[in-house]
Amino acid sequence: MFRTSIYSSFRVLNRSAPSAVLSSRLTAYRLLSTEARAKIANAVKADPVVLFMKGTPAEPQCGFSRAVVQILDLHGVPGEKLKTYNVLADEELRSGIKEFSEWPTVPQIYVNGEFVGGCDILIGMHQSGELETLLENNGVIPKAEPIEGTTTEQTLPETKDKPSA
Amino acid sequence: MPIDTIALEKAIKRAIPVTHLEIEDQSSGCGDNYAIVLVSEAFQGKTTLARHRMVNELLKDQIAQMHAFSQKTYTPAQYDELQAKASS
Repeated sequence: MFRTSIYSSFRVLNRSAPSAVLSSRLTAYRLLSTEARAKIANAVKADPVVLFMKGTPAEPQCGFSRAVVQILDLHGVPGEKLKTYNVLADEELRSGIKEFSEWPTVPQIYVNGEFVGGCDILIGMHQSGELETLLENNGVIPKAEPIEGTTTEQTLPETKDKPSA
Repeated sequence: MPIDTIALEKAIKRAIPVTHLEIEDQSSGCGDNYAIVLVSEAFQGKTTLARHRMVNELLKDQIAQMHAFSQKTYTPAQYDELQAKASS
């Protein structure tokens, strides 16, 4: 749903500046300096939830980043526990974070210093309920009171009659 | 250099056994924005993160040239379950 919007904003950019694409490829292969690596390693541990994104939560510059911000917001991740970094404002970070995480795309989410994944993974975890559990277990959000008389989604696969092969 | 779906398909099928593969070009033809659905027994016993890392690695060269890449990864059993749910 958000893909078309991000695409349109970047198409103009790509078309007018093919050299920018090439140079970003070259920097991606450059080895991450020890100093830059240490800076990122400290950053991911400095806050409970760390998000590397394009733009800011108020003004995301990419639909994938926007989706991640919305999901974190939906789960009530408090502002003081979330630190976001705008990779578009820092070219070294933009290439560095890909190498640090060994992950080719942005956004990237860390919880208590552990790499969780990108947008696809976060959406999947949100839908399956794993994200809520992860955030609760890491003390990012308070544990939800179980509502009696309803089945939670996580228990559904196990309650099937047919034993799995 | 734009990527085409055939190149992506080849790179994936060369590396792992594929039960089902959908590649959607969401770039209106210029080839820098793809979404894939990949079903493979190679994902058995692996977390989503590990699966995505595996796909990222085997499509490393292609992803580096794209603006956006999105993936969904399932084992054959998971995919069957998903299909059954969707049709019921």
